[in-house]
Amino acid sequence: MATADDLKFQEFDDAANLLAANPDATTISIDEPVEIPKNQHSHRQEPGREEDDELLGTDDSDKTELLAGQKKSAPFWTFDYYQTFFDVDTYQVLDRIKGSVFPVPGKNFVRLYIRSNPDLYGPFWICATLVFTIAVSGNLSNFFIHLGKPTYRYVPEFRKVSIAATTIYAYAWLVPLALWGFLMWRNSKVMNIVSYSFLEIVCVYGYSLFIYIPTAILWIIPQKVVRWVLVVFSLCVSGSVLVMTFWPAVRDDNRRIAVATVATVLLLHALLAVGCLAYFFDAPELDIPAPIIPAHNGTTVITKSH
Amino acid sequence: MRDLKAVGKKFVHVMYPRKSSALLRDWDLWGPLVLCVSLALMLQGGSADSKDDGGPQFAEVFVIIWFGAVVITLNSKLLGGTISFFQSLCVLGYCVMPLTVAMLVCRLVLLAGAGTVSFIIRLIVVGAMFAWSTLASTAFLADSQPPNRKALVVYPIFLFYFVISWMILTFTPQ
Repeated sequence: MATADDLKFQEFDDAANLLAANPDATTISIDEPVEIPKNQHSHRQEPGREEDDELLGTDDSDKTELLAGQKKSAPFWTFDYYQTFFDVDTYQVLDRIKGSVFPVPGKNFVRLYIRSNPDLYGPFWICATLVFTIAVSGNLSNFFIHLGKPTYRYVPEFRKVSIAATTIYAYAWLVPLALWGFLMWRNSKVMNIVSYSFLEIVCVYGYSLFIYIPTAILWIIPQKVVRWVLVVFSLCVSGSVLVMTFWPAVRDDNRRIAVATVATVLLLHALLAVGCLAYFFDAPELDIPAPIIPAHNGTTVITKSH
Repeated sequence: MRDLKAVGKKFVHVMYPRKSSALLRDWDLWGPLVLCVSLALMLQGGSADSKDDGGPQFAEVFVIIWFGAVVITLNSKLLGGTISFFQSLCVLGYCVMPLTVAMLVCRLVLLAGAGTVSFIIRLIVVGAMFAWSTLASTAFLADSQPPNRKALVVYPIFLFYFVISWMILTFTPQ
């Protein structure tokens, strides 16, 4: 039977006073998110899980997503809506380019550099630069390869600019669209922790194409070995950016589908590089001695007619 | 007559680019149209074994210049620039003038011959005019941009005039 005192409403002292009486008691304050246990937890974890946290970006993703929600509030038919996609400063663009050229193993490009501020400046102008770089370098390389041949006339090959533009812009916009659609579909079946918006995927693809610009310039060198080494090198660099971005998004899925997705991403990227090399740059020819066939035919004919 | 005088004054402004606001205040598109048409006309008659491998067609030059100028203007406005759409088109169009002069010089040099010496002369002339165009348009446009995004606005202008210079330099007569 409870006494009257037990049933009476009791005022509890302030937490500080209680703690002064008993300093070792565990306390939870409801005002702020529970930070102390998480830090202790992360210290005790193995490096693999820390890497996961960094890849997921769980520490500030909540805050940045809230900010992103506040940013894109203009309706899509106003100019201000599109201005939110160009809300980057010079140093931010340069940082993102640097992050795509020097991929740090374990760091996710989207979480580290984009942080819910995807921009369209980088992808658009990197693609434009790449189009003209490939066209100009291909033209220059063909000029140097065929220089000195008596039957060669220099042509500017301007048609190839429009072909290059179509190819590269289609790759930079349609492949992210397909990938985004695929990831959304898998998200509806399997709960993935990490999911990207369409613009973030476009952003990653756009910035990952940056390494091809110096590669295209170096492809002017008319040596097959040099060109293929460059292809492999640039594929490794930009491929690793893409893999480190998309692996966390498919990792929780069926193993085979995850591997197939990442493999397809890499395969398409390789196809772009090899296709550009094959189409825009003529094969460097080896030195062939002047053909002696006409004289041989003549003597053959003479002997045959005998 | 008054319009002709205004156009002429703007040509002089491009030749000696100072940070005057006359070019920006009273924009007109006559000058850019004349320059674009004359440049596209001069780029005709380029060599081609087959129709597909030759230089740019008239329509291609036109589209590149106008579409390029529109894209650059949109880019600078999206990045937060305070310049108006037609003012920016006006400046970019007028600053094509040094490159049109370069095209004229190239055609004259090519009349004399198409060897290595003529190529080096053309390279120097086109290079100098490209630098002049870029610097002139940057001088007019860079002030209207927020300070920490100036490089983001200047780079597309550089690319635009580079492409036009490339078309001029690779022009080979029949």
